[in-house]
Amino acid sequence: MTNGPLGKNQMFNRRSLLAAALAGATLGGITASTPALAQTESLVDEVVERGVLRVGVGNFVPWVFRSKTGEIIGFEVDVATRLAEDMGVEVEFVPTVWDGMIPALLAGNFDVIISGMSLRPDRMLRVNFTLPYASSGNMLGASVARMPGETSIEAFNSRDVTIAAVRGSTAASAVQAQLPDARLIQFDAEADVLQEVLNGNADAYVAAVPKPGTDAATFPEQIYLPVRETFQGTLEGFAIRKGDPDSLNYFNGWILMNEANGFLQERWQYWFTTRDWADQLPG
Amino acid sequence: MASRNPYLHLLVYAAVMGALVWGVYAGAVSTGYDWDWHRVPQYLVEWEDGTLYRGFLLDGLIVTLKISAAAFLLMIAFGLAAALLARSSSIVGRLIARTYVEVVRNTPLLVQLYIIYFALSPVLGLDRFTAAVLTLALFEGAYAAEMFRAGVEAVPKGQWEAARALGLGRYHLYRHVVLPQAVRLVLPPLTGQTVSLIKDSSIVSVIAVFDLTTEARNIVADTFLVFEIWFTVALLYLSLTVTLSFAVTALEHRLKRAHA
Repeated sequence: MTNGPLGKNQMFNRRSLLAAALAGATLGGITASTPALAQTESLVDEVVERGVLRVGVGNFVPWVFRSKTGEIIGFEVDVATRLAEDMGVEVEFVPTVWDGMIPALLAGNFDVIISGMSLRPDRMLRVNFTLPYASSGNMLGASVARMPGETSIEAFNSRDVTIAAVRGSTAASAVQAQLPDARLIQFDAEADVLQEVLNGNADAYVAAVPKPGTDAATFPEQIYLPVRETFQGTLEGFAIRKGDPDSLNYFNGWILMNEANGFLQERWQYWFTTRDWADQLPG
Repeated sequence: MASRNPYLHLLVYAAVMGALVWGVYAGAVSTGYDWDWHRVPQYLVEWEDGTLYRGFLLDGLIVTLKISAAAFLLMIAFGLAAALLARSSSIVGRLIARTYVEVVRNTPLLVQLYIIYFALSPVLGLDRFTAAVLTLALFEGAYAAEMFRAGVEAVPKGQWEAARALGLGRYHLYRHVVLPQAVRLVLPPLTGQTVSLIKDSSIVSVIAVFDLTTEARNIVADTFLVFEIWFTVALLYLSLTVTLSFAVTALEHRLKRAHA
């Protein structure tokens, strides 16, 4: 090569080689700095060191929801706040769309899901659940305009019936399991599910208690409960990434302890059997 | 020198692409992700008792095609109507066209979809599919309108004058002189807009229309095959849009030859 000015082609080559080298280096850097989630130290140790417990939450009244002043409140918030206090760390809530909860946990966007997530065989293949800290169930709310006067769940198990639920929720899998003939349509949020029935676009919806009951009380002209009992009982646990028995043990111990001292029951009573918090609902 | 370059360029390209793929793969591995590709094909096609059934993803792809085709036709109609209104002599017509284009282009598509589906469709009695098609067509139509307007305005002045000199009325002027020439100018940007339309159609998953994205989200919610399903879905969208782009390029060549 001569010492003269570089030809156009040579310039291009040098520049694109440089670009490739830079791209490679950047990607290598990103990958190397990604925290190794296959734990060498347990999640609990990591959280204590960091000083913050990051909790993934969805949006389900009264489990966890936004108050009219914009704060995140609910049963889960009381549980997670107490848990963080006991660990001596701050708590940070990470609101996530429900069908993205487990993917976000696996990706390391937060440490633990405390959001009324029910134990389910398919979920347990992907994440580890703690012992249950709450139990619940699903209930069906029906449209007065489209399917009035029904008194059984079986009436809704038909090809002509459209049922709405939150995508990826236990309610949605309850519909698939118990009402397999019905047409299931899935939305991102409980508000959309209810709106779908209020607008007369779905015959019914399924959600965790006590939501359908409170909706029926709020919209007596549009929503009614064909059956008062829950049609599929569920158990809720914290969910963490697999491969960390130490943290699982810590959370299990914490749950057993707070069951024995009555904290979990007392908070459950407040959020699920009273409406003392109703004035904090938005709107 | 020139003979060496193509290989060097190819090498650089391969290096960049390799680094990208490796980055994604290494990122996935570092999260301890459990790949499960063998569970994916059943969502495309399923072989049962000697009959081939469409899987959920193919069902979704067909719905995506239907939405895109219907919205495309409406997009052309809205776009052309707005473009012609914007050029009309009526002040009211021009105002309506301007308002439509500005309002639609300056609000988010998701917000428009929510307004049309949750607020307007109970009043108008639209079902999910119609609301989805209407929203997409209105949205993409506003962009198409500007393309049509530019296309019409790019037809040389002499063509207009010659047509008027021949005594052509407004309808025949557009139908036989202006639009045939504008179409060739508008084809490339309009193809881009149609590719956008296909991609934007994924937004209808929020109102539970069973398109490709909705089916994928439902499968991911049930199986947690996050990476496998989304990579497959991206490839399906890509094959759709790339096919379209190639088809239009071929069409452009034919039009060019026909008018050469």
